[in-house]
Amino acid sequence: MPKVLLLAEHDGKSLNANVAKCVTCATLLQPDAIDIAVFADGGGSVAAEAAMLAGVDRVLLLDSESNRAPLAAIIAPQLAALAGAYTHVFGASSTFGKDVIPRTAALLDVGQLSDLMAVEGPYRFKRPIYAGNAIETVEADPKRILAATVRTASYAAIDRSDRAAPIEVTSLAIEPPRHTRFDKLEAGARDRPDLQTASRVVAGGRGVGSAEGFEIVTRLADLLGAAVGASRAAVDSGFVPNDFQVGQTGKIIAPELYIALGISGAIQHLTGIKDAGTIVAVNNDPEAPIFEIADIGLVGDLFEVVPALIDALKN
Amino acid sequence: MRKILVCLKRVVDYNVRVRIKEDGSGVITDGLKMSINPFDEIALEEALRIRERGEAEEVVVVSVGGDEWQQQLRTGLAMGADRAIHVDLQNVALEPLGLSKALLALVARETPELVLLGKQAIDGDNNQVGQMLAALWQRPQATFASKLVLQDGWAHVTREVDAGLESIRVELPAVITTDLRLNEPRYVKLPDILKAKRKPLERIAVADLADPVEAQFRTVRTEAPPTRSGGTKVSDAVALAAALKQRGVV
Repeated sequence: MPKVLLLAEHDGKSLNANVAKCVTCATLLQPDAIDIAVFADGGGSVAAEAAMLAGVDRVLLLDSESNRAPLAAIIAPQLAALAGAYTHVFGASSTFGKDVIPRTAALLDVGQLSDLMAVEGPYRFKRPIYAGNAIETVEADPKRILAATVRTASYAAIDRSDRAAPIEVTSLAIEPPRHTRFDKLEAGARDRPDLQTASRVVAGGRGVGSAEGFEIVTRLADLLGAAVGASRAAVDSGFVPNDFQVGQTGKIIAPELYIALGISGAIQHLTGIKDAGTIVAVNNDPEAPIFEIADIGLVGDLFEVVPALIDALKN
Repeated sequence: MRKILVCLKRVVDYNVRVRIKEDGSGVITDGLKMSINPFDEIALEEALRIRERGEAEEVVVVSVGGDEWQQQLRTGLAMGADRAIHVDLQNVALEPLGLSKALLALVARETPELVLLGKQAIDGDNNQVGQMLAALWQRPQATFASKLVLQDGWAHVTREVDAGLESIRVELPAVITTDLRLNEPRYVKLPDILKAKRKPLERIAVADLADPVEAQFRTVRTEAPPTRSGGTKVSDAVALAAALKQRGVV
């Protein structure tokens, strides 16, 4: 029977919201156990959060100074050492999971499946290829450990439990490599909801026209308590920083409400939003591909529509 | 440094939308325009710029695939690579782990100080090979690079991570995978294409390089994604606000 080891993602203080979604994916294997591994330096609060997720059997806390930064070269050998007792090793399909899980898989001499979007059995999954333009059903050899990343936008977060799972503090006799050093993280502005976990997202594209023009996007986002996103065109034009980008090469998101302002809807962008609950598009080009998938579309100048929409929503 | 190895994958051109075979056995690639995986092209461009700055002596491009993959190697040579190695798969299918093992054998032979490749290929979207190669080589990795500076035997890499921009240092030799914003690849000029025909392209049979790796995965079906169809259009902002309220999303 399956036993799943799940790599926890966190920022040193709190657990990333994608972990609860990975747990949902793991429960669909109907496993005997789901354990979460937390690599941290002072990760007690992170481990405590992980222990409260329903379906989790144990949290393994590996607390050490060298685990302070999220470096794959340091974490992967430890994760691989733990993985011998499991049938599956999962991580989120985030930049962190994508960095660590393949390195772990190679150390275990096993292959990996990326971006699990549906579970059909403990060794049978669906995953997107060609930027989501095709979906593969893949079977994995049950005799080998299966390493995988989970496309978290495909799963709801697991509920919190009323009973905490046990936290086991452990350490491994693995010398951390000295060939990889963390210098710094320049995080984007954190004064509004996180793009990847927000229930509402307002995003701007090339049609917004300028960095100054993006103010109208943030105004609507502020009114709705929404995160702000952008298309690749808006990022490449320098309107907003890279970490705002939504799409195949940016962030794949699944908010309840997604409002696209001046976004034409390139395939790679649509791939990043197609799991959203309600998609709204405002664009002055009636032929824009975004209208082909938008639940509510409005052809018009966003600089006229958005102020009027803000007024109408306030009333 | 002496040598940079750049891995090039042949993929369906990013402007082409693939169709799925009616029997669900895969995607139709026959007759489609094929190109170097865009992320690998960025990796090659970065290697060429490093060499042009005088920080590397040689750029070697390598592909692991069928005979037709030599087209992409020739394009890499036309962009400016010094020589090419074609690892001929001879109809053997390799999963990312097997591919990483073949590349490891090549790395052992060529002993580059730096291996550059795209963060992922735009066909399988796996995002695994760079990390797996680094693990097998027991060397550091820097994935999702958007800036790369070489200094005193270390690579200073800015990585595009979900939370923003992360700066790390890795000691060479190392594997670095490239993200979209690292650079903008050059266009190939006609004289360079002609010149590339005279550059060395070595062919190695995969069997001579690495032991076969047993497949772990089997694709049982390929299908089109569930489509979302467009809904209604509204005429103005007031109607839009009403529609949002009616759906209960604001």
